[in-house]
Amino acid sequence: MPDIIHFHRVSHRYEGSGDVLSDVTFTLAKGEMAFLTGPSGAGKSTLLKLVALLERPSRGQIVVNGQNLAGVRRGQIPAFRQQIGVVFQNFNLLYDRSVFDNVALPLVIRGIGHDDIGRRVRAALDAVGLLGKEKVSPITLSGGEQQRVGIARAIVAKPQLLLADEPTGNLDPEMAREVMQLFQRFNEVGVSVLVATHAVGLIKKLPYRVIHLERGQLTTRQSPELMEKTVDFG
Amino acid sequence: MTSASARAGAELRPNFLSRYLQAHVREVVFTLGRFYRNLSGALLTCFVIGITLALPAGLHCLVRNVDALGYSWETTLQASLFLKDSTTPEQGRELAHRIKGRPGVADTAYLSREQSLEEFKALSGLGQALDLLDSNPLPAVITVTPIKGIERTALDALVVALGQQPEVEVAKLDRRWLERLYGALALVERLVLVIAGVLSLAVIVIVGNTIRLDIEAKRAEIEVMKLIGATDAFIRRPFLYTGLWYGLVGGAIAWLLVQGMVLALNGPASSLAGLYGSAFRLQGLPLDATAVMFGAGVLLGWLGAWWTVSRRLQEIEPR
Repeated sequence: MPDIIHFHRVSHRYEGSGDVLSDVTFTLAKGEMAFLTGPSGAGKSTLLKLVALLERPSRGQIVVNGQNLAGVRRGQIPAFRQQIGVVFQNFNLLYDRSVFDNVALPLVIRGIGHDDIGRRVRAALDAVGLLGKEKVSPITLSGGEQQRVGIARAIVAKPQLLLADEPTGNLDPEMAREVMQLFQRFNEVGVSVLVATHAVGLIKKLPYRVIHLERGQLTTRQSPELMEKTVDFG
Repeated sequence: MTSASARAGAELRPNFLSRYLQAHVREVVFTLGRFYRNLSGALLTCFVIGITLALPAGLHCLVRNVDALGYSWETTLQASLFLKDSTTPEQGRELAHRIKGRPGVADTAYLSREQSLEEFKALSGLGQALDLLDSNPLPAVITVTPIKGIERTALDALVVALGQQPEVEVAKLDRRWLERLYGALALVERLVLVIAGVLSLAVIVIVGNTIRLDIEAKRAEIEVMKLIGATDAFIRRPFLYTGLWYGLVGGAIAWLLVQGMVLALNGPASSLAGLYGSAFRLQGLPLDATAVMFGAGVLLGWLGAWWTVSRRLQEIEPR
């Protein structure tokens, strides 16, 4: 099975700091779902940023969906990012427009036809259980609902890969569980999913691989129980 | 597998032209809607642009009016032919009669040396003082009135031809003051161009600054757009349209200001013209100048937006 994400000996440092990631090698297979865990400052967000080309690695090779990121020029970044759906901790919705317009944005960017946009936005909202809320402003929704709008926006253009950075960080446990279930559902229909989280309690019973980062380095795969301990120390 | 699904995605996309049209129609509707929701603020910016555009446009309008006035005076000009002293009154009358038959001439009048002197006495107010002169210093004159609406070059040629008649000492078309007027107008017209150039820069800066604040207010939104793969062109487009609306509405306001100025000046201008026995009325901004003014507004608004957005967009990167 080909890989959707391939990191080969990747290191990254921000200007004036030590290595945030050092010598990271891992792969995410096409259609796989995995969790990226580790304490705050372990480099989870940096790793996701490298995948989405928000940062360039200081050393090493990254291949995403068959594309070596070193060869992606600045002008090609938008087209590259269109292959990826991204979900954020703070939702990153645009509050001056309706739920419908928020979810439609990736399709508008791609120049999809008007009728198609309506059909696909409604399908995406249906998938996250928000079909009745098209016309409302996202500011009137609860945190869980806002995050589901964010997820609808991430999947509406049918990306190959879904990245989520602490998607449940601002949600209560009930809402967080619902959000995780959504990711599972998208993974079941073939989307590769990488979720950075430190909600270890939430994921320990889930049957997915855990990629654990500790001070910028991959540690050997641990059982969720052991990992929980690490987090408690951190 | 990748390319297969990418193709499936592509099939849903309409062709380039309709995609392009759809994107632009959407931005037109979207930016106009935003303009309307922020009407008072937007109109304030447009008003500043309007005043800036109205200044050169209004000056240009005045220059065109004075120019038109000068042209209307030109056709009422008369040429004076001063005859040689050796010419007898009979020869003079005969010449006046001949000249009247020439093409381009509406009328002629012969004034003998004695008549000239009488007229001069009456008009100059020197009266009896002139009786002290031994001889009459004034020449006989034929005044030639050209037909109405004669071309400037034809009139010049006519005066030169009349000057070459053997009986004529010198032919004169008294238009020097008109030439001076045209010279002054050319200077003012050039000044209008310089002012327009400087104020064009002002419009670019005004729009650029307004758009800059707009961009700062939308920084978070731009970051999100970039995160989900929006191209720079896509992010730029609403700002460019906003700049364009500023320029267009600014042009409309400038037009209203200039027309208002003409209306306000028309009453006094007409009564002044009436004192000179003229039916002259101030004309509004001519169609071509109106088109140039609106075009300049739109272009400058767009340029100001483009200048700002392309500089700022590079700086805003999602983190």
